[in-house]
Amino acid sequence: MVEQESPLKPVWKPGTRGNFSDGVGVYLSETAPGSIVQLAAWHGEEKAIIAAIKKVAGLTLPDGAGGGAATGTKAAFGFAPGKFLVVDEQEGLVAAFAKSVKTETGTVTDLSHGRTAIRITGPKAEWVLAKFFAIDFSLTAFPVGAGRSTVHHDIFAQIQRSAPTQFDVYVFRSFARSFWTALCHASEEVGYEVK
Amino acid sequence: MLITCPYCGPRDVSEYTYQGDGNRTRPDPASTDQEVWNAYVYDRLNPAGEHHEIWQHSGGCRAHLAVTRNTLTHVVSSVSFARDAGHKKSDSRRKTGAKA
Ligand SMILES: [Zn+2]
Repeated sequence: MVEQESPLKPVWKPGTRGNFSDGVGVYLSETAPGSIVQLAAWHGEEKAIIAAIKKVAGLTLPDGAGGGAATGTKAAFGFAPGKFLVVDEQEGLVAAFAKSVKTETGTVTDLSHGRTAIRITGPKAEWVLAKFFAIDFSLTAFPVGAGRSTVHHDIFAQIQRSAPTQFDVYVFRSFARSFWTALCHASEEVGYEVK
Repeated sequence: MLITCPYCGPRDVSEYTYQGDGNRTRPDPASTDQEVWNAYVYDRLNPAGEHHEIWQHSGGCRAHLAVTRNTLTHVVSSVSFARDAGHKKSDSRRKTGAKA
């Protein structure tokens, strides 16, 4: 596969910045997964896609809107009716799904180079994201593993809570540098570290 | 104004795009009845009250939704996936030439 170059490279500044009166509020990073795959089920084929995700990625998705699961290396979540995002640290997920998802079940789209995955973690992650998106980030409304589709102005974002104080935000690659810059500015008030 | 998407839950109206009057039924594409096409393109109920509309959750799950919204109060009284909905005929478009 082609070596990927991060769109964040020109603005990437490791280190700590902002107000640290209460310690580091959030840690910001790019997870740069090897595979980002979108799966879409034809009407009535959703269960077959969920089964394929279990078979190929080993992740069991709970029933219901936005249901998902995340391990240290893999993640999957529903972001729309019959549609799922599946992410793997390793390359090769697309080929595996292309084999296991039949044409009459749904579609497999490779977004590995089309999305940038930004991780925000730390005690103030909910607080900072709530300044961007008009959705409820509390653990009860947005449980671990779950996914949400929302938008910050024109920047479409798919967000998964991958741990109690950790979120992975998937944005279009072409918007990633702009979003990252805004995220850094918004994180200044709580103190942030880029790593 | 909030619209409760059946998939995503309550979201601000800024996440949605208005897709037009939900009372219309597209005539048979083979039809050459000009009155029918004229009514489809131009006739609107324009009610002061409950109105059937199509919205897309464009800044979310991107599903098309059938929404009943009160044009006086902006109260949204029902939302469902447009593919499942099919609007109730009782409230459908008035006949050509009929009084509103
Ligand atoms: Zn939605």
